[in-house]
This record gives sequence, C-alpha cells and structure tokens, in this order.
Amino acid sequence: MDLSIGTLIGQAGTFIVFIWVTMKFVWPPLVQAMEERRQKIAEGLAQSDEAEKALEKAQAEAEGIIKEARAKAGDIIEQASTRGNQMIEQAREEAIAEHDRRVEAAEAEIRQATNQARETLRERVAELAMTGASRVIEKEIDANKHRDILDKLAEEL
Amino acid sequence: MAAGLPTPTEYVKHHITNLSYGEGLWTIHPDTLVVSFLLGVFFLTFFIIAARRATAGVPGGLQNFVEMVIDFVDESVKGSFHGPRNFIGPLALTIFVWVFLWNLMDLVPVDYLPYLSYKVLGLDYTRVVPSADINGPFGLSFTVLAIIIIFGMKGKGAVGFGKELLHHPFGSNPLLWPANLLLNMVEMIAKPVSLGLRLFGNLYAAELIFVLIALLPWWIQFIPGGMWAIFHILVIPLQAFIFMTLTIVYVALAYEEH
Repeated sequence: MDLSIGTLIGQAGTFIVFIWVTMKFVWPPLVQAMEERRQKIAEGLAQSDEAEKALEKAQAEAEGIIKEARAKAGDIIEQASTRGNQMIEQAREEAIAEHDRRVEAAEAEIRQATNQARETLRERVAELAMTGASRVIEKEIDANKHRDILDKLAEEL
Repeated sequence: MAAGLPTPTEYVKHHITNLSYGEGLWTIHPDTLVVSFLLGVFFLTFFIIAARRATAGVPGGLQNFVEMVIDFVDESVKGSFHGPRNFIGPLALTIFVWVFLWNLMDLVPVDYLPYLSYKVLGLDYTRVVPSADINGPFGLSFTVLAIIIIFGMKGKGAVGFGKELLHHPFGSNPLLWPANLLLNMVEMIAKPVSLGLRLFGNLYAAELIFVLIALLPWWIQFIPGGMWAIFHILVIPLQAFIFMTLTIVYVALAYEEH
C-alpha cells in the first residue's frame, strides 16, 4: 500500500471537477426532463379520468333522452291511434247520416211520386167512371151535379 | 513482461506496482490519474450527450438508460437525505458511475492494457484499476470528508457544528470537551478511512486473484478466471453502490439534527 499525496490530491481535484460538471450539465436537465414527463403523465391520466367521467355522464344523459323519446313516441302513437279511431268513427257517423238523409229524400220523392200518381189515377178513374156511367145511362151526366159522388168514389180508390 | 520470463513473485509484484514519478509521499501515480480521468470523461460525455438531448417527451434508448441510473441514484438519495438534492444528487451520481467504471476495469484481462502501454508508450508499470490503488478510493473518501464537514456546517451552522464536536456524545460539561472532541475526531477520520479501505480492499483483492489466476497454465485459466469474473460482476456495482450509499448517509447524518 503506497500512499501518494500527489495522486490523492489529483484524484480529489478530478473528483471535484467531475461533481461540478455533473451538477452543472448532467443532473439538472435530466431531472427536469423526468419531472416534466412525470407531470405530463399525471396530467394525461387526470384528463383521461375526466374524459371517462364525462363519457359516463353523456351516456347516462343519452340514455335518459332515448327513454324520454321512446315514451313520447309511445304517447304520439297512442294519440294517433285514438285520433284515427275517432276519425273513422266520425266518418262512419257521417256516412250513416248521409245515408239516412239520402234514403229519406228518396222515400219523400217516392211518396210524392206515389201521391201524384194516385192523384192522376184518381182523376183518370173519375173520368173513366163518368164516361162509363154516361155510356150506361146514355145520357150526359152533369159532372157538377154528381161532384160529391165522384169525390167519394175517388176517395175510396 | 519485459525480456525473459519473470518468476511468479516478480510477475505479481510487477502487476501491483503503480507507474510512479517522484519520491516518497509526493509520488504521483499517472496510471491511476489518467485511467480514472479518462473513465470520468467517458462517463460525463455519455451523460452530457443524454442531458443535451433530454426531452420530456418519449425518451430514446440512451436517455432511458441514463434516466434509469439517475432515478436509481435519486431514489437512494431521497431514502436517507431529506434536504435539497441539487448537490447531493450529482455527488452520488458521480461517485456511483465513476467508481463503477473504475471497478469495471478489473474485468479487462490483467495483461492486456499493461502490455499495450508497454508496447505503445514504453511504460514499464501500468495499473488500470484506479480503485485498486489506495490513492483512488482515498482521493474520493477524503473529499467526501470535506463535504461532510461543509454540510455539517451548512445544516447546523458553524457554531452548531462546533458545539456538536465538543458536546457530543458525553455531555456539554467543559471538562468533557477534550474527550468529546477526541472521540469525534476519531469518528470523523474513521469514516473516510473505512469508506476508502472497503473499496480498495475489495478491488485490490479481486485484482490480485486475477493476477494469480493469470499464473496458471493458459489452457486452464478460463475456468477459475471465468468463475471469478462472474462473481466479480456482483462485486463491481455492489462496491460502487455501497460507496455511494455510505456517502449519502454520512452527509445526511452531518446535515440533519440528531
């Protein structure tokens, strides 16, 4: 073991210079870069957490909206079907009313025609009766004289 | 290695002799100084390139590796030192990587680099493992002692630090001051000495075993050599780690109130 002060001092000096260089040029930039990266990663993780939460919230919201929309659609369908039924009912009623009215009008027309026919027939019968009777008795019958009889006859027809 | 075959004793002795200039205590070991300096430059170049390119974005391979080392060192510092890390962090990193590279030189086959330096530079002696030269570890550990003292004063104030030297551990009675001071001095010297000797001892012994293995016949060397190298792979980072951790602990102890 040969102690040599010169080497000792030389080594110590080199050592101190190396520490200084390390302290000046090696340690700070690397430690800073590592720290920055750590922060970046921490931020990234926090952001991803937040995003996840936001996504969850949005999903819940969307679900709510869909549920609401579904309920609304159901309501609308129901309403439409009610309204449809109502319209059909109304149309049917209208149709029935129209039908009734037409039938009534036709009946009235028929009645009128019948009455008219009857009237004509009555007159014709009276005429025929008069003609017949005058042929039988070969004498003119005064229509006015026998008006009451004729009327009675026509009424009986 | 020089002309003629050396005896085993000569061979071993040759391998554990540093290249040296000067006489006595003021000798200089250029091999230790140059090798450790080159290793340090290698370490710094590597890390400065990574630091220049450092981004907070996606790191590349080099940055990944460097950040892994820095993170490991930073975690170790955080574990025992609870002050600002802007000096202790770089200190620990420098110790860890530099000492690791020193120790790593032990895995270069013992004759390669000395032979190269003999052939190319004409140097008779070259030792390439700076941690196996006592001056390497002591150069670090006594610098660490200075840092311990500086941090003791920074943490407790110069007066507080002096008071602790005089009052601790027996009590603050003035009669006990010399005993306290003596004990604290011993403790203070024991720290860098044990720190340096631990590293030196481990690596010196390992180097010696590699040298001894190199004395075996060449066709058998790879078995014990390989086994010892594999075992030594464990020791290399472990000793660097121990040196770093103890440094942090010593500085933390000096810096923080008991």
